[in-house]
Amino acid sequence: MWRDGLLVAEKDLRIEARSRVALSQVVPFGVVALILFAFALGPDRTQMARGAPGLFWVAVLFCAVLAVQRSVSVESADGARDGLRLSGLDPAGMFLGKTAAVGVELLVLEAVLAVGVVLLYGVHIVTPWLIVVSCLLGAVGLAATGTLYGALSAGLRVRETLLPFLLLPIAVPVLLAGTRIWQAALASGVASDGTPWLRLLVVFDAVYLALGVVVFGPLVESA
Amino acid sequence: MSAPGSIVVPAVSERARRLERAIGIAALLGIVATVCLGLWVTPADQVQGDLVRLVYLHPGVAWVALYLAFGLAAVSSLLYLWPRTRSLFWDRLAAAAVEVGVVFNACTLISGSIWGRPTWGVWWAWDARLTSTAVLLVLFLGYLALRRVPAEPEVRAKRSAFVALFAAVDVPIVHFSVLWWRTLHQGATVLNPDLSPTIHGSMAWTLLLGFVSLTLVFVWMLLVRYRIGVLEDALAGRELDAALRERRAEGDPDGADTPADDQRTLAPLDQREGERVAVEAGSAVLREGAR
Repeated sequence: MWRDGLLVAEKDLRIEARSRVALSQVVPFGVVALILFAFALGPDRTQMARGAPGLFWVAVLFCAVLAVQRSVSVESADGARDGLRLSGLDPAGMFLGKTAAVGVELLVLEAVLAVGVVLLYGVHIVTPWLIVVSCLLGAVGLAATGTLYGALSAGLRVRETLLPFLLLPIAVPVLLAGTRIWQAALASGVASDGTPWLRLLVVFDAVYLALGVVVFGPLVESA
Repeated sequence: MSAPGSIVVPAVSERARRLERAIGIAALLGIVATVCLGLWVTPADQVQGDLVRLVYLHPGVAWVALYLAFGLAAVSSLLYLWPRTRSLFWDRLAAAAVEVGVVFNACTLISGSIWGRPTWGVWWAWDARLTSTAVLLVLFLGYLALRRVPAEPEVRAKRSAFVALFAAVDVPIVHFSVLWWRTLHQGATVLNPDLSPTIHGSMAWTLLLGFVSLTLVFVWMLLVRYRIGVLEDALAGRELDAALRERRAEGDPDGADTPADDQRTLAPLDQREGERVAVEAGSAVLREGAR
């Protein structure tokens, strides 16, 4: 399972390294979103700093949808999905591999957006480890749910419009938890304890990773 | 009446129809009684005045939407996914439960809003319970959107069951996160309305009657929706056969009798209201699929 997962992740990341779709389209889209949020809030920096945690995670959520779309469309050309299905790889490994690839892309995205939030919105990070851990857990959770829904909607003609509608409400806990953790980690934020939210993220990740490992096989078969 | 290759509409047994009708009548009587008791017999509340009368409706609707309908949908989706109990019965039951549940969920939010406006002064408050109810509504609207995507019944059933499963797993996490979101933040302003300080006598009975009759309404709607689901699938299959025959007839100039044949098989369906809805929905599905 783990070896197959590594293989699939390596394949997806190699495609990304050669095509640079996520890096040249999804990440810049995230930055555009940050700029648009700033326009919506007005030039007042204190307001931006207050909204920064939530805006960061909303941008990540939107970009996650795009990253998942890309991860699915990589498989849709030239019958690649059938090839993957016939390859004899463990479906659980396939799930973990796809999740890992999307997760790595999201981590890069989060790093860029975090720098963007610090520079553009003028926030000051007090406890960096909270930021790092929340980004890591958030990326895993979004990648896992995204991979599940991506596989589910893979064969659908209405995938582009249906996927965000299905995925974003599921990701509500990630948005809430990520925002609260960031608020705890920023100087300008509302003082709140981040640890229960970290636990919530861990539970979210564990639940969907476990679910994916169990159901990905039948899920891919039905798509 | 069945042309070669066409799917015969599964006959609903007379007993099932009679049961459905009995439940429908009981639900109607229950609702009428609840309305009469709620509006005229029970007294107005000391604090809330006539507003308290919404209490006979709102919790019952919420109970049906949040626990009964979505619980049933989750369980039947799981039973569909379980290989030993896999049957389209569970799929149709889940679909019917979600569809009725979404209606009840919307009614919960609407009746809550109507109550909230004079009581809290706002139509909507970001209260934990309200927020998770709204998220639940969106989750299951996604389920219905997925069901509308044309597909083979088995494929659609499996896909929908997975979505229901993913959503059902999310519900407790959403619930807790929204709860903490409200309470870990500014705890003092959490809107925790004291719905009914003391409930007794006619009020308690009316409340109970409301619960029972709304549950009956739910069961009745579920049965009707299930029957329509069966008819829809049968019709989609039949229309597909008709379309196939038509295409074959295009190459064969003598086979021009198919449209008339098709009309004849569809005619008896128009007799009852439910079936007419099914005819429209089924042909819409087919048109979508043809595109």
